[in-house]
Amino acid sequence: MWPAGTRAGHRMAEPEVIYDVRDLVCRFRQPRTSLRHRSPSLTAVDRVDLQVTAGQRFGLVGESGSGKSTLLRCLAALQQPTSGSVRFRGQELVGRRDRQLRFLRGDVQVVFQDPMASLDPRMRVRELIAEPLVAQRAPGSHERVDELLDAVGLPRGSASRYPHQFSGGQRQRIAIARALAVRPSVLLADEPVSALDVSVRAQILNLLQDLVERFDLTLVFVSHDLAVVRHVCDTVAVMRTGQLVERGSAEAIASEPQHPYTQALVAAVPTLRRALDGATPSTLLRDVPSDTASESLVRRDPPEPS
Amino acid sequence: MSADALAAAHPQDPSVSVLEVRDLTVATGGHTLLEDVTFSLGPGERVGLIGESGSGKSLTALAVMGLLPEGLTAGGTVQLRGVETDLLRIGERERSGLRGRRLGMVFQEPMTALNPLMRVGHQVAEVLRIHGTVDDREDATRRAQQLLADVELPDPVRIARRYPHQLSGGQRQRVMLAMALANGPDVLICDEPTTALDVTVQAQMLQLIAAGVADRTSGLLFISHDLPVVATVCERLLVLYGGRIVEAGPTHQLLTRPRHPYTEGLLAASDLEAVDDQGRLPTIPGAVPPDGRFPSGCVFRNRCPRGDEACTVWPGWTGREDHGVACWYPSGAPHG
Repeated sequence: MWPAGTRAGHRMAEPEVIYDVRDLVCRFRQPRTSLRHRSPSLTAVDRVDLQVTAGQRFGLVGESGSGKSTLLRCLAALQQPTSGSVRFRGQELVGRRDRQLRFLRGDVQVVFQDPMASLDPRMRVRELIAEPLVAQRAPGSHERVDELLDAVGLPRGSASRYPHQFSGGQRQRIAIARALAVRPSVLLADEPVSALDVSVRAQILNLLQDLVERFDLTLVFVSHDLAVVRHVCDTVAVMRTGQLVERGSAEAIASEPQHPYTQALVAAVPTLRRALDGATPSTLLRDVPSDTASESLVRRDPPEPS
Repeated sequence: MSADALAAAHPQDPSVSVLEVRDLTVATGGHTLLEDVTFSLGPGERVGLIGESGSGKSLTALAVMGLLPEGLTAGGTVQLRGVETDLLRIGERERSGLRGRRLGMVFQEPMTALNPLMRVGHQVAEVLRIHGTVDDREDATRRAQQLLADVELPDPVRIARRYPHQLSGGQRQRVMLAMALANGPDVLICDEPTTALDVTVQAQMLQLIAAGVADRTSGLLFISHDLPVVATVCERLLVLYGGRIVEAGPTHQLLTRPRHPYTEGLLAASDLEAVDDQGRLPTIPGAVPPDGRFPSGCVFRNRCPRGDEACTVWPGWTGREDHGVACWYPSGAPHG
């Protein structure tokens, strides 16, 4: 875990609540499978309550299909939930039009997993980084772009190049620079290091740590990898079939998980330490309750009457 | 066939490697992508091939399987126990007689490796029938169901009638494993078999692979970029960087006393619990150069903390084939 930020120390006892999520439900219609029945639905986020306070590094862990990315998209107002409420600094996000969300776009930015998919291949790095500033009607100067390139550890000469000319780790640096352009106070990161090689992953995790400290960012970090979340975050919530099954300090979740699903998740992760202690694949399975390891983690709703 | 006669002459002899790869080199046009890769695989032995993207892991697997894409040429020798001719030099017909029978392979992405138009039970049965392991159609169907049950698929009779798209990623990967193990291969190659899977499903898959090769005393070549996964499965490791094996050794020794600076860096970067007092992770500077543009001499020298003039020349291998290092300045005392 990263050392506690200096910011928390200066603050009063009650840090500001950045996100207050109440009873959030996000349901999707699936393609119909029959002419006689209504199309089935899938509940990706199921009655989630959640609070993120200023300066927190909040981790969301879960396996594929657990709804963690959908929840993050709801926080970013990129996805309208079916019901429930998402308040950002006291302002309701649910039901607002895009036009009414400009305040959010200037304060909350997202970094996605695959920078090749999130960066426009036909834009130069300078345009990519300056684009959010233009959208915020605060056109970026060359100096601001150079400043951001410095902050993420890329040479200034990169500004005139295209995304395909960079390696995966460098592209993720560009995506981070772009996210920081509008000086947000909240950074949402969806599996930002999952597509990277191990040696590069460490570089990007260090960079994120530096930036979070330097710019006093509140971080919401989504990952399937408990080890990464434990390293990055101070608070962790574990998600399964759309619900939060456990939350607590990163340390407690990793060392004394309470919920059986979290226990299975912790037990199933191969680590170097355990391998050195003689762990084999069967050791990983020993503590996994058989029903927990079921493969259909996506909750399909019972068919509705037609 | 004489090959089978030879294999029968020394079955399961632990002193005879099931697979011997010597000086394997893969090149395209002017680029050398893989150079002097040498290793062997004993019966029942689990060997891990570890490296980052672009290091040549998958190329090694494809070259051994004889599945290199057009335009790539392989040099060196690949010897399978009981087959007199070098696998790189035998004809495609003979080679396809070995693939699926003596050599099994599990790929990372089962959706592209399975036939989308064929029921999975039929695909497993086909492997048995093509190689003449089972002649009778009904027998093959029954055997296929048994193989699906062996990889712990629930209700194998029903699963056998499904098409690949009806299965989850973990289930598809189990079908792949059932196919690869169907004929009791001498060598099983798994190329990132669990990278696309969730951790709980990954743990089950790793267990099935380990059990599958143990039952058949097959040699396992397990390829992954994930050091903790490889360390859990394998007893011996090969570290690949820039198309070269830079270090090899028993898992425990390699992880506790790495000698090549790249192995050290990889280990340090993999361990998210080891941070300095500022909470920062140790890193390897720079990134893996894109396709084959590694420096001459030692391939790691442009990212290496110890690199100097001497490193402009490839250091060569020191130590035994299964326990050694290729570095001018390896850490620790030389092992004997």
